[in-house]
Amino acid sequence: MSDAIIAETVMIAGHGGDTIEAYSARPVDPGRQVGGVVVIHHMPGYDEGTKEIARTFATRGYNAVVPNLYYREAPGASPDDAAAVVRAAGGVPDDRLVGDVAGGMTYLKGLPTANGKTGVIGYCSGGRQSFLAGISLPLDAAVDCYGAFVVGTPPEGMPLKVGPLVDRAADLNCPLLGLFGADDKYPSPEQVAELEAALKAAGKTYEFHIYEGAGHAFFSVNRPAYRPEAAVDGWEKIFAFYGRYLAG
Amino acid sequence: MCTYLTEKVAISGSAKGASGWFRVTEGSVYFDHPVHAPYGHTLNIDFLAPDQGPSARVAVELSAESARALMKAIEAVLDSAPPGLE
Repeated sequence: MSDAIIAETVMIAGHGGDTIEAYSARPVDPGRQVGGVVVIHHMPGYDEGTKEIARTFATRGYNAVVPNLYYREAPGASPDDAAAVVRAAGGVPDDRLVGDVAGGMTYLKGLPTANGKTGVIGYCSGGRQSFLAGISLPLDAAVDCYGAFVVGTPPEGMPLKVGPLVDRAADLNCPLLGLFGADDKYPSPEQVAELEAALKAAGKTYEFHIYEGAGHAFFSVNRPAYRPEAAVDGWEKIFAFYGRYLAG
Repeated sequence: MCTYLTEKVAISGSAKGASGWFRVTEGSVYFDHPVHAPYGHTLNIDFLAPDQGPSARVAVELSAESARALMKAIEAVLDSAPPGLE
């Protein structure tokens, strides 16, 4: 397989049939049918770091797409300006997120190199949204990287308009990989344990790793929260997990 | 975590952004992940002109400590301004 990739902005049909912007990264000549990954960007937006994640998946033989979840509010604006608008409004509604991830799935499945299997991954707020997609859509694998409020309710006064999802663990449609930091407070190790107990009780397939010495956002290479040991191991866990569940 | 904590305040004045000066009508103050500053969370202020779209924004991201120092400095300057100028 060549390591050449193509990466470009495309337009896809999102929630409600809305046309939204998305970033697509794909192996040019994979030599086989390949799995797809919908990458959910974090709260700071559809940014360079998230696009780099999509390109990384492409170099490893996956078709990847990042829907711009903030496109409706700020078409053409820079990612940070768009994020400022959406975060001030309390974030992306859950139903719209699910519709946009479904749009990403449809896009990926329509690619000529698609093997029909699709995973999802999200970080921070996107971690919760990855779990939400996993309980809402016919996905083949989901990765939750330190998503807050899968367990627990946002503190009083917080404008985030979301509720906990743990009571819907029985609805999970696919295996779940969870990567967390032991020093994180949202989600705390206790909340991660509660989610694990719910998945276990529901008989779901899951794999959790909690990294000592790491807190929230340990994958973010351009932030002080970056923890290289946790991030390097986490990437290995992600590729092993997708290798298992997204292979043709 | 993403806090989404936000206080909005009506303001009157001007700010200088990427395409020059513009009138601002709204301030957005929040404590959340920064885009650029090297901290996990920062006190962020957006000076906005919503009628001109999302890009009409001048943004600052400050450490909590420096944001508190800035508050004191603003109060001190306003309190010491000669009467009748406000």
